[in-house]
Amino acid sequence: MSRLTITDLHASVITEDGDTPILRGVSLVVESGTTNAIMGPNGSGKSTLAYVIAGHPKYTVTSGSIDLDGQDVLAMSVDERARAGLFLAMQYPVEIPGVSVSNFLRTSITALKGEAPKLRTWTKDMKEAMADLQMDPGFATRNVNEGFSGGEKKRHEILQLGLMQPKIAVLDETDSGLDVDALKIVSEGVNRFKESSDAGLLLITHYTRILRYIKPDVVHVFVDGRIVATGGPELADVLESDGYETYTAAARA
Amino acid sequence: MRAPTVAPATDLAPRIYSREIGDFDVPKGREEEWRFAPIRKLSSFFEPENWGSVGISGEHDATVEYVEISDPRLSQSWMPTDRPSAIARAQATHAVLVTIAKESVHSSPIVVNLKNAGENNYLHVEVHAGPFSKSQVVLIHDTTGNVSGSMLSILGDQAELTMLSVIDADTAVMQHVHWFTEVGRDANFLGLSITLGGGVIRTVPTLTYRAPGGKGQILGAFLLTGDQFQEHRMLVDHTQPHCVSNVIYKGALSGEGAHSVWIGDVLVRREAVGIETYELNRNLLLTDGPRADSVPNLELETGDVLSAGHASATGRFDDEQLFYLQSRGIPESVARQLVVRGFFVDVLSKIDDPDLSGSLMRRIESKLGIIDHE
Repeated sequence: MSRLTITDLHASVITEDGDTPILRGVSLVVESGTTNAIMGPNGSGKSTLAYVIAGHPKYTVTSGSIDLDGQDVLAMSVDERARAGLFLAMQYPVEIPGVSVSNFLRTSITALKGEAPKLRTWTKDMKEAMADLQMDPGFATRNVNEGFSGGEKKRHEILQLGLMQPKIAVLDETDSGLDVDALKIVSEGVNRFKESSDAGLLLITHYTRILRYIKPDVVHVFVDGRIVATGGPELADVLESDGYETYTAAARA
Repeated sequence: MRAPTVAPATDLAPRIYSREIGDFDVPKGREEEWRFAPIRKLSSFFEPENWGSVGISGEHDATVEYVEISDPRLSQSWMPTDRPSAIARAQATHAVLVTIAKESVHSSPIVVNLKNAGENNYLHVEVHAGPFSKSQVVLIHDTTGNVSGSMLSILGDQAELTMLSVIDADTAVMQHVHWFTEVGRDANFLGLSITLGGGVIRTVPTLTYRAPGGKGQILGAFLLTGDQFQEHRMLVDHTQPHCVSNVIYKGALSGEGAHSVWIGDVLVRREAVGIETYELNRNLLLTDGPRADSVPNLELETGDVLSAGHASATGRFDDEQLFYLQSRGIPESVARQLVVRGFFVDVLSKIDDPDLSGSLMRRIESKLGIIDHE
């Protein structure tokens, strides 16, 4: 049983013209076995929340706290957070030239588990996980994200989710840019991970479409750097029909 | 006195081919080919001196000989192309000659450890790969002492030669090394130029073809840390039809005062129809402070080529790459190691000997402070 507790989090993006506040008091709890959706319009800061949880150096936390099972997440380096059990499926994963997917995954698993995986079971595990996501076996020899299509990048992120088995996973707009077929494959991958583990999920999305495949327990509406409404799955249906207009208008008022 | 041969007028800097020192003016630094070089530091390379000749140390293969510079087997047709190389050819008393016999196949690399005679040295090395032979030659340059001179790789018809040259000199050292390669009919050359250290290192590779159908690749990996200068100024001279050239230079620079220069001149002459050529330089700036100049030049005198391209890019160490790797639990030092290995992999993976490529990679990582020791 794990719990990620975010309390009154304020964060700014570091730019050449100074710091610009993006998160303005986020409070949120993600527990094992629950799926929490964060929905918000463009520019609301929901991806910033994902990056701040993971520890991206572009952002500074000005106040508030992030706690994972009693550990101070903000005091940890990026890799320490991952080893503590946090995972971020990225919206725009970067290319790493000259580093193969298999080498990358093996290096990561070795770092996370503290020892290199047994070669035979590792190769089998990786092949099975790739087959589940309908990925070609040749994928393992390609360089990380180099020349990947949008769908391949997202499948690669979900492949990592399954192999790394985090306690709490943040999925940042994993649905964006995917056609329906790719969305189904990726969603099935997330659901398999949910069934096989007791992890808590934080699903960040702009559209309700992905929530037809991955059922949320809680839906948060994120506007102007904070959560402005929280409800059950039915809240997503309201957003689907009415949009964010009422919330953004209220935030402006 | 023989009249010097001057290369046809092109947009590229004209080249004089001569063994007469007097045919070459003392560089002033304003000339196109010298404009990046630290002329004053190199001044002793521009006047004839009584320096010793670079020899060989340790055990070596029977194909490797240390010969008098008058040995008739040394190339009679090769001509120096600048003042330092003309001086070195005129003043050197001895040469290192590697002779790969016709049709012979060497399964393991022929390793030549070059040994300097003293503080200042002239270098002359020739590798003659006989027709239909197959071999790999590894030249390890001495780490101490200044060096000026030339290396020649001359491939007979259908010869296959991989030649690796490793310069990993002390920071006080200056080396000025020409590397002339002539590829015979249907021959295949792979040159690997690895430069990991030295105060002032200037390499001038020339790749040309004696007959149609040859293939030449030159792959370079270079590393500068701190107050060091390296210039790699190459000319690929497509003189023959249906030949292929491929040049890749990868440089990593770290620290204030590090300055690298890469010049990639490719000349495709009118008669060189049906050729393929590609050249690429990528530089990775690991810290603030270094400067990397990169100038690709492609000059086509015929439009009848299969392909001709070039690319050049210099970029900062990418924080997003580090973040991505670290977000997967990989510690920062390991993440840096992965990125730097990935950067150099397309050059170092071409070294057949895994022990050698591994030790070069560890040397790079140790110099960059990624690993504590080798």
